[in-house]
Amino acid sequence: MDIALSEEQELLKSSLQRFLRDNYDFATRQKIVAREAGWSRELWRELMGLGLLAAPLTEDAGGLGGGPVASMIIMQEFGCNLVVEPFLETVIGAAQTLEASGSAEQKARFLPPILDGQSIWALAFAEPRGRFDLEHVTTRAERQGDSYVLTGRKSAVSAAPWADHLIVSARTSGSARDGQGISLFAVDRTSPRLSLQGYRTIDSRAAADVTLDGVSVPASNMIGPEGAGLAILEACRNRLIIAQGAEAVGAMLALNAATLEYTKARKQFGVPLGSFQVLQHRMVDMFIAQEEALSLMQHATLALASDEAGLSRLASGAKSRIGEASRFVAEQAIQLHGGMGMSDELNVGHYAKRITVINSQNGDPGFHLLRFAGLTRSARTMPSAA
Amino acid sequence: MELPLSPEDAAFRDEVRAFIAENYPKEMRVANPERDLTKEQSLLWHRILHKKGWVAPLWPKQYGGPGWSITQRFIWEQETSRAGVLPPLAFSVTMVGPVIYTFGTEAQKQKYLPRILSGEDWWCQGYSEPGSGSDLASVRTRAVRDGDHYIVNGHKTWTTLAQHADWIFCLVRTDPAAKPQSGISFILIDMKTPGVTVRPIITIDGAHEVNDVFLENVRVPVENLIGEENKGWSYAKFLLGNERTSMAGIGRSTRYLARLREIVDAEIDVDDPAYAEFQKQIARVELDVLALEATELRIVAQMARGIDPGPAASLFKIRGTEIFQQVTDLTLRATAHHGLPLRDVPSDNAYLPGPAHSHVAPEKYLNSRKLTIYGGSNEIQRNIIAKAVLGL
Repeated sequence: MDIALSEEQELLKSSLQRFLRDNYDFATRQKIVAREAGWSRELWRELMGLGLLAAPLTEDAGGLGGGPVASMIIMQEFGCNLVVEPFLETVIGAAQTLEASGSAEQKARFLPPILDGQSIWALAFAEPRGRFDLEHVTTRAERQGDSYVLTGRKSAVSAAPWADHLIVSARTSGSARDGQGISLFAVDRTSPRLSLQGYRTIDSRAAADVTLDGVSVPASNMIGPEGAGLAILEACRNRLIIAQGAEAVGAMLALNAATLEYTKARKQFGVPLGSFQVLQHRMVDMFIAQEEALSLMQHATLALASDEAGLSRLASGAKSRIGEASRFVAEQAIQLHGGMGMSDELNVGHYAKRITVINSQNGDPGFHLLRFAGLTRSARTMPSAA
Repeated sequence: MELPLSPEDAAFRDEVRAFIAENYPKEMRVANPERDLTKEQSLLWHRILHKKGWVAPLWPKQYGGPGWSITQRFIWEQETSRAGVLPPLAFSVTMVGPVIYTFGTEAQKQKYLPRILSGEDWWCQGYSEPGSGSDLASVRTRAVRDGDHYIVNGHKTWTTLAQHADWIFCLVRTDPAAKPQSGISFILIDMKTPGVTVRPIITIDGAHEVNDVFLENVRVPVENLIGEENKGWSYAKFLLGNERTSMAGIGRSTRYLARLREIVDAEIDVDDPAYAEFQKQIARVELDVLALEATELRIVAQMARGIDPGPAASLFKIRGTEIFQQVTDLTLRATAHHGLPLRDVPSDNAYLPGPAHSHVAPEKYLNSRKLTIYGGSNEIQRNIIAKAVLGL
């Protein structure tokens, strides 16, 4: 199966490609990340102007109804161009979670500022000792009148230093790894008693550890029913990892194109590097890795679009395999560029670093391989539960 | 794994072990010595070894070496690498030193060797050029004779730690008409000579380890030529042989594996399926190390019996670097989402998440990508084995 883009989708892709070519070449990107803020709000507004922020959301939610295929197109181009702006966190993570699970009042309150390009969101799910387990939640939320009081620590919250709001997973009942008892909250990032310890990541983005030291959040900010947050988190993660698959594929396409061009042009021993069979075979393997990753990514995107049974299993399988494939391509692209591949001036290392970060977000290839195996097992024993 | 040792060699090993334990400077025990130490700090151990007479294990006694047997040299390598000490600068001691005492004039030996031993001179290697990587014989830097001098013009690159260097040993083209290998000479250039410019290259891990070195009408006295003009290629090959000898890096991989095991035990709960998965992968790499170590010991035993190891160095380089890359990759994975920042990129990246042992994981993973590229890429090493061992 190949995703044949509709006229509208083609237009989205080509206009985005044109925009990024004109406004986000590598040199410009390096200038943006070198700023103190580390990202460009002006560019974010221009992306809004292109309709990107609204593209995946349904028309009911104020979006353009493009769904997962629109996200795929956008994320793949972002991957090709090393875009740092937090589309994944804000739109695919937060906006689509609010769209799917928020109340009418929450949608009316939170979605328009996101779609207007005014509001940035980040996802505070992970915890210091939790690795990639979404149900590992020790942050507590205690009801006090019309509010919940949140106490705990969240880890590696990507884009948090740029964000106006966070979605925080916190426990309203149960203990550390219980599936039940997790609730989600929309939390104002500037709330009293909420503090950030920010840092820059190897892919030139920003992340933070978040400390909630008795942060008061209005009960009206709880997303979805109390204690039933895990299913929302899992749906959110499926969207995130499928979108990150598209981003990784974009990076692989760029790396393979750059490597091919380099090995054709670079001469050693009087001939192009690309004439050596050992390097030809390596690049064939890189090409195969790219093609399989692209196929799995499209397959998972379509499954997401139709909310297919077995989506979680497929999403995990894709995250794992695309992760390994993209790491192989990244490492070999550096190897085949020789010393140049090690230089920070070249974009090759920056793609490799982005791929490394994608691989350690929302579950690494090893985590998702085990999850894939577990879901395969349960699908075999309980076909209806897949 | 231990080499079966004679009582004398066993006593030597104990002496070495004790010496390291008592004398290795505490201030050199930092998270990432290759990156964290200043020039002065990294020379501390060098000076201690110099005083002891152990700074140049490879060198014959007459030039200031300790006069060790092959087995003793191996024991030294093994013990220092197991103890995780930062060895003396290879470019000085392992590379240019042997070239000078093997091919240099008496005057050159007297001028340079004592200063290498004392640590007074820091050397860097002027081999690679922008157009000349794996194909080293294609060097374009020109040296043209002008009376008692050569006038050198060219651009060397990936020059490790040139920012600290007092001297650079260079491959230069002295006969542009000859076949690539036969028109090259090996000359020594004082970094303070007018026309020498060093420009940092920042690598993907954010480190300033390598440099461009520009040579613009640099006047080099003819007496700085090593051996014969146009014979530099054979000296360069001699040197590259030395560069590859210690690349198995068993001690280093073993130490990093131990650290990986600690990280896994600290970070991953035993009942997490990822724990068993990591144990399996660690065991696999441990077997890789064991197999390479057994090969190394076998070859050392052969060398001690006077058997030429041939291109064994290529095998060590290939496997040693690939194993270490795998260890750094697993270590980064073990740190999960904590292993995302670099300690000093940007320079105000002051807050580092997660436990301290995860803080150097990303820089080690990224930096070790270079291992399969430099010192003759692993593709080139495989070609060497194919040709020299398999006769293909």
